[in-house]
Amino acid sequence: MAHSAAAPMEQYNYDIVKKFALMTLFWGIAGMAAGTYIASELAWPFLNFDIAQITFGRLRPLHTSGVIFGFGGNALFATSFYVVQRTCQTRLWGGKLAEFIFWGWNGALVIAGLGYLMGVTQGREYAEPEWYVDLLILVVWVAYFLVYVMTLLRRSQPHIYVANWFYLAFILATALLHVFNNLAVPVSLFGIKSYSLFSGAQDAMTQWWYGHNAVGFFLTAAFLGMMYYFVPKQAGRPVYSYRLSIVHFWALSFMYMWVGTHHLHWTAIPDWTSSLAAAFSILLLMPSWGGMINGIMTLSGAWDKLRSDPIMMFLITSLSFYGMSTFEGPMMSLKSVNALSHYTDWTVGHVHSGALGWVAMVSFGSLYHMIPKLWNKKIYSEKLIYIHFFFATIGILLYITALWVSGIGQGLMLRAFDQYGNLKYSFIETVVFMHGPLVARAIAGMFFVAGILLMTYNIWKTITAGQEATAPETAPATA
Amino acid sequence: MMKHESIETNAGLLIILTLAAISIGGLVEIVPLFHIEGTVEDIKTADGKDAVRPYTPLEQLGRDIYIREGCYNCHSQMIRPFRDEALRYGHYSLAAESQYDHPFQWGSKRTGPDLARVGGKYSNSWHVQHLNRPRSVVPESIMPNYPWLLKNDLYYDDVQGKMKALKKVGVPYSLTKEEYAANVEKFGEEVASLLDINRAETNMVEQAKQGNFDGNPARLTEMDALVAYLQVLGTMVDFSRHDEAEFIKFR
Repeated sequence: MAHSAAAPMEQYNYDIVKKFALMTLFWGIAGMAAGTYIASELAWPFLNFDIAQITFGRLRPLHTSGVIFGFGGNALFATSFYVVQRTCQTRLWGGKLAEFIFWGWNGALVIAGLGYLMGVTQGREYAEPEWYVDLLILVVWVAYFLVYVMTLLRRSQPHIYVANWFYLAFILATALLHVFNNLAVPVSLFGIKSYSLFSGAQDAMTQWWYGHNAVGFFLTAAFLGMMYYFVPKQAGRPVYSYRLSIVHFWALSFMYMWVGTHHLHWTAIPDWTSSLAAAFSILLLMPSWGGMINGIMTLSGAWDKLRSDPIMMFLITSLSFYGMSTFEGPMMSLKSVNALSHYTDWTVGHVHSGALGWVAMVSFGSLYHMIPKLWNKKIYSEKLIYIHFFFATIGILLYITALWVSGIGQGLMLRAFDQYGNLKYSFIETVVFMHGPLVARAIAGMFFVAGILLMTYNIWKTITAGQEATAPETAPATA
Repeated sequence: MMKHESIETNAGLLIILTLAAISIGGLVEIVPLFHIEGTVEDIKTADGKDAVRPYTPLEQLGRDIYIREGCYNCHSQMIRPFRDEALRYGHYSLAAESQYDHPFQWGSKRTGPDLARVGGKYSNSWHVQHLNRPRSVVPESIMPNYPWLLKNDLYYDDVQGKMKALKKVGVPYSLTKEEYAANVEKFGEEVASLLDINRAETNMVEQAKQGNFDGNPARLTEMDALVAYLQVLGTMVDFSRHDEAEFIKFR
């Protein structure tokens, strides 16, 4: 028993995967709680309490960085290191370098996050960390690339499994985006302030090329890598279509980079860039749905698991939200729709149907699958996974619906005219209208946070008090 | 024909082809914008000078506070060419108007109204009152109070350093006599003297005193700088000099 449990520990570096997995939960709670708090500030502005550090403008980057790079980033490090070792059947390359990635990445996030509260920011959405944090992130990222690729090269399989293609594209694209969007000149070598290299229209184009591909590669391609490993594993079936996964991968990688400009429709950029981005956004529906179909159809012949297996419920629901938000996205990138939706809560709702519905749900499912295997334990309570699933799902549905009402409602009010051709509503009247939906959205956030707290409790009990799993499937043939 | 298997079994090839696939979109859409004439409009005043000028030291420090407080999370600075936006905010924004904005602050969300042309719409004292306690002038507002702006003295020891950094990224502030002369040519004498890095502190104190942005000429506060910035937003181009359709060709 002890022997069979110890063998995979030596074969694979699970220690680093465990660290990243636990850190995922930490940042998930911190980032989502911050999100719920700022959502509450919009509903009840007294919550700003005249304290500079917690005003909406300073706290929101902590929420976005916390969930994207903290929760999402750590989930990706954990799963990519798990998947690359398992699919290549080799130990992670680089020894202590993986430790450096762990401390470097999380250290950078802490430095950046504390900075936001003190007002230290580049003022670029999702790229708020100042130049010195960007440099640290770059070093960490190069180390990540090295560890990942060197492990791939040590594989004892001729083929590189499809999940790894997606992780690799994510690593490459993130490097490219991070470097070019953060080009800046510091005021002094020992100062914190810098100014971006580009200005105005060119800066906007670079920023949204970055901004949308942070969604495309960080929050989509990488999590598809997760999907391509954990969905077949949990279902106990091979991936539905090998051919579809090839088309999916190359089409997605190629097309995503064109679509960022749909964030700049009707702004002071040349119209052709925005038309081109809209066209590619529509095209992108095809690989996106190809991927969704490939994931969901993997369950063919095991559909009963949708009733009996709460982890499968997380994974398949995440794919459904992926399909929904990759349909909504192209629709919102049409110029006529965007004219109404841009600048409103509709966009925020759309992002969250992807971020909560797709990214968080697929991560929860994967963590519930992976963590018992890492510690060689049985999950403490399957019932709590069910409850978490329903908390999360109710939270998301309430969230999206509230912001559809708020966003579309405000969009319609802002463009309404009275019988004399004057504006029918002042801006502040739309703010009054949005109060109800914003309250509902804050409550939706509380549901989601309650869910991840339940998960953390469940995971904690699994690790500390869970039963040993009897037959670890990770044991190699020699065990 | 090459089989996909040869990519799946070769990490190097996979990396190179992936890099190629992800590079093309950005290259096609972004790189031309640095070369196409007219991405940024060239707008002149009545006496043939550049209409859009870099920010004065005081306005730039105000802009830094705007970024520090994360105003862009709730306010856009980009008016779109729609009838309702024209009535609510004014003429649609031009690329030229943010050509010296490092970084751009067009924003992506209007939890509050657009600020691209907020300059001159309200009095200084309205802004001070509103930033200090928004609900005292707009009872339904959900904006936070910013009481520390009036309390904090403006820190400006590094103002010359900031202007030098901005000069490095392309903002035409002047250090030498030649650069100053070029600015006189480009913007006229009056503006050129405001852009002189050597005179930054003097200019700043002078502008704050004359503008009396925070209502207290004896002190130079963060409020002075932020209000000075807000009051210049969208005011540099005189649209009465231009035809309605003149700027369409740049889109």
